[in-house]
Amino acid sequence: MATTSRKHSHPLRTLVILGLVMAGLYTLIAVSGVWTPKLGLDLRGGSTITLTASNSTGTGTVDPASLELARTIIQQRVDGYGVGESEITTSGDKQIIVSVPNVQKDDLLRLVGKTAQLYFRKVYSAEAAESATTPTTTATPAPSATVSSRPSASVSAAPSPSTTGSTNKRPLPSLPTPVPSPRPTIPSGTTTPLAELLKWTPSDRDNTDFTNFKCGDPFPNVSDQALITCDESKTYKYLLGPALIPGNMVTRAQAAVPQNSVAYVVELQFNSQGGADFQTVTAHLASQTSPQNQFGIVLDGVVISAPSVGSEYSAGIAGGKAEISGSFTQKSATDLANVLSYGALPLSFEVSSVENVSAKLGGDQLQAGIIAGLIGLALVLAYSILYYRGLALVVSLSLVIAGLLTWALIVLLGQSLGLALNLPGIAGAIVAIGVTADSFIIYFERIRDEVRDGRSLRTAIETGWIRSRKTILAADSVSLLSALVLFVLAIGSVKGFAFTLGLTTLIDIAVVFFFTKPLMTLLGRTKFFGEGHRFSGFEKEHMGTSTPPLHSSQRRGALAVGGEA
Amino acid sequence: MTDNQNLDVLEPSTEPVKKAGIAHRLYTGEISYDFVGKRNRWYLISGIVILISLAALGFRGINWGIEFTGGADFQAPAQVTATTIDDVRSAVAALNIAGDDLSVTTIGDNTVRVQTKTITTDTEVTAVKAAIATAVGVAPESVAYSLIGASWGQQISTQALIALAVFLALVMIFIWVYFREFKMSIAAIVALLHDLVITIGIYALIGFSVTPATMIGVLTILGYSLYDTVVVFDKIRENTHEITNSRLTYSVAANNAVNQTLVRSLNTTIIGVLPVAALLFTGWFILGTGPLKDLGLALFVGMIAGAYSSVFIASPLLAQMREADPDMVEHRERLARRAARATEKSVHKPKVKPVTVALGGEAATTTVVDPGTLGLVSAKELDAEAARRQRSKQTRSQRRK
Repeated sequence: MATTSRKHSHPLRTLVILGLVMAGLYTLIAVSGVWTPKLGLDLRGGSTITLTASNSTGTGTVDPASLELARTIIQQRVDGYGVGESEITTSGDKQIIVSVPNVQKDDLLRLVGKTAQLYFRKVYSAEAAESATTPTTTATPAPSATVSSRPSASVSAAPSPSTTGSTNKRPLPSLPTPVPSPRPTIPSGTTTPLAELLKWTPSDRDNTDFTNFKCGDPFPNVSDQALITCDESKTYKYLLGPALIPGNMVTRAQAAVPQNSVAYVVELQFNSQGGADFQTVTAHLASQTSPQNQFGIVLDGVVISAPSVGSEYSAGIAGGKAEISGSFTQKSATDLANVLSYGALPLSFEVSSVENVSAKLGGDQLQAGIIAGLIGLALVLAYSILYYRGLALVVSLSLVIAGLLTWALIVLLGQSLGLALNLPGIAGAIVAIGVTADSFIIYFERIRDEVRDGRSLRTAIETGWIRSRKTILAADSVSLLSALVLFVLAIGSVKGFAFTLGLTTLIDIAVVFFFTKPLMTLLGRTKFFGEGHRFSGFEKEHMGTSTPPLHSSQRRGALAVGGEA
Repeated sequence: MTDNQNLDVLEPSTEPVKKAGIAHRLYTGEISYDFVGKRNRWYLISGIVILISLAALGFRGINWGIEFTGGADFQAPAQVTATTIDDVRSAVAALNIAGDDLSVTTIGDNTVRVQTKTITTDTEVTAVKAAIATAVGVAPESVAYSLIGASWGQQISTQALIALAVFLALVMIFIWVYFREFKMSIAAIVALLHDLVITIGIYALIGFSVTPATMIGVLTILGYSLYDTVVVFDKIRENTHEITNSRLTYSVAANNAVNQTLVRSLNTTIIGVLPVAALLFTGWFILGTGPLKDLGLALFVGMIAGAYSSVFIASPLLAQMREADPDMVEHRERLARRAARATEKSVHKPKVKPVTVALGGEAATTTVVDPGTLGLVSAKELDAEAARRQRSKQTRSQRRK
């Protein structure tokens, strides 16, 4: 065997290359240090929430950019909620899927599903936050931004005097207040005229709470009530009046560099109602002193920006257009524009499904999946031993190779693409055992056909391969096609099924071409298989070549025509 | 010598392994089942099964899971006792959330399941979870639940239908391109729809609830059923490659192909069904519910229907359609003329006689085609006489061109 010619080195070389590829894959796994696939939440417990966006105007489709923006905002919310490892992805053209492992909190659903609240509020007081973690920083604070009228050539680029360090000059009530009644958590429902809202002043309780407030303390975010909160970086805390303009009156917001300027600004456009309100509000704010000449742009209870209105706009900023300037970078301007656009997002979300799997149920499902896989594998092997005798060795080795490849790829894809193996995914892999073994059967049966046609076994292994590989490719293409269609069009967890089915079909092709076929060529040269030894699966009786088939062919012709008559 | 061989046929030798022999004899045509010729019988059988399926669908309807109707499903670990269901039911009913629409079942002896179609908000979920947890004595965290919005099912169904349509269209194109024969596409699609209707019908009959996993299972069947069909069609194409130059009609060649791939179809189906059976088994008996069971059942039924349809529906239908083509009509007429000549010849050539005599019952029809010249047997296996006639057939067909 070792002395064989070039022709013989070919199958060995293929096997060696395959071995190297597999070694490479497992080296990658060893380097990453993770040996098990990333498990889906249905296998390790956790919550999966599927939100479906619809265009709130009632017609039209969901804009991908809007969906992505909504996803970012939900991500921020979930991150702010303090659960690790959360994953928020968009799926299809209108779904957002929130997956949070190991969390059994029902209010997560409320948090994720609620509509984002963007409001323009009036800043009453602003103070450096007493946060233990963040000492006073010199970073440009949000309050340094200014609002100006958009068409105005005189862009107030110079930041208004910063409120840094400004303290609440109002004397604080020294009396200890009795245990206060809880603050309202839902709006009263009555609409107060804008003029009234502008006259709002904080109650004593608001002032006390503001003084004692530390960033991170809970405070109900209710549109018609005062709000005490911090900015995103938790460097400032604000006492804000009731909402003056809701974010959904913003029709457009974008980051831009105006002509004759080098600095980024955020351009803002309101609808007609918003434009009118904006003019009223800016006229009022322009007459105030810092910090009460500031807007608080509040998203989900967090001050995103608090631009001041210069005193030159005593008539208000008309025309529904404004720009916020300050020391923006491109990124910070874009971020703010995105947040402002959220008010303009024509999306409303509906909770489509919530899947909450306890850790125990997840473990049970994983175990059941593994058991099903083992039973399936054992049955397939048992059947191939029964029917193919020695060839079962080829079947089992090929299945082992296919299994190792599948494992490696699922682990690696889990690492690189964040692809998680869920229960339908396991089902797909189990179904694939059959699909993979089917390819071997097509090949083996074809070899037998060739032998029946009078070829020697060694020739049959080659000619049978040439004929069967077309069939295998055609049949696998169909499998692949169905997996692909399912993957592209399926919603939710069944995507995992389509994915593993497609992946394993590809692996099947690789294994048949680069493992089973070369192995058969090698085995064909051994005495045991090549000479059709008993139990090799190629024994003469098994193939039926022991009887000269002339008479039978005559008989077949007779029968076939008989059937037709 | 010929006499001895004929004796072999009549009295099968005891030497060959029985099981292996069948495969071989199927291949050589020693045993040949008439799948194509008796097509009306298969059509009738399938027709009846489809009627039953449609009736089940019409009368019993499909038991849609909550994924399609909207609602909530809770599962809690519990030591199931005789009173578990009542305990849980009264605990949840006391909340006055679900009203009458409350289904409490147990899965195995360690899980209790509560389903209701009226719960929609998270606060209700929290309350129901707490009630169930108290009733069975576990922490609320160990109660798993899923909550489905009302429009979710609509979305899934729409997507599934789109996937179905896209898949069928792609498959038609694929088969058309691969086999260069549009009639194969039609036959394959008819077989697919056949499998689809039967699977859905059986679902309706058994009353299993249909979940998204079921849908995905059903869509996967399409791929799998086609797998078998492609294997059989591949052989039919091979056998009918130069059909107009052969002495076989399309139907006979197709029937031979089905017989030759029968063992292969059987084996691929068995091997394909075995893991699915494992899936169904664990899904049913270990988990009691969930995607494994739903996928498993849909695939199990669909794969068997798929194997049946590729042999009994797709191939006969293809043969039937091809035989109606002008070139096949012409081919059959040519064969008939040739057969007439052969009959005349055989009168003067008594040498063929022993074969027909030995075969007894089939004698009347054997004379129609000269059996020694069938193209599927390698020349080596033919005796000199047959080889000679094979050559003469070749020249004649070339002359015909």
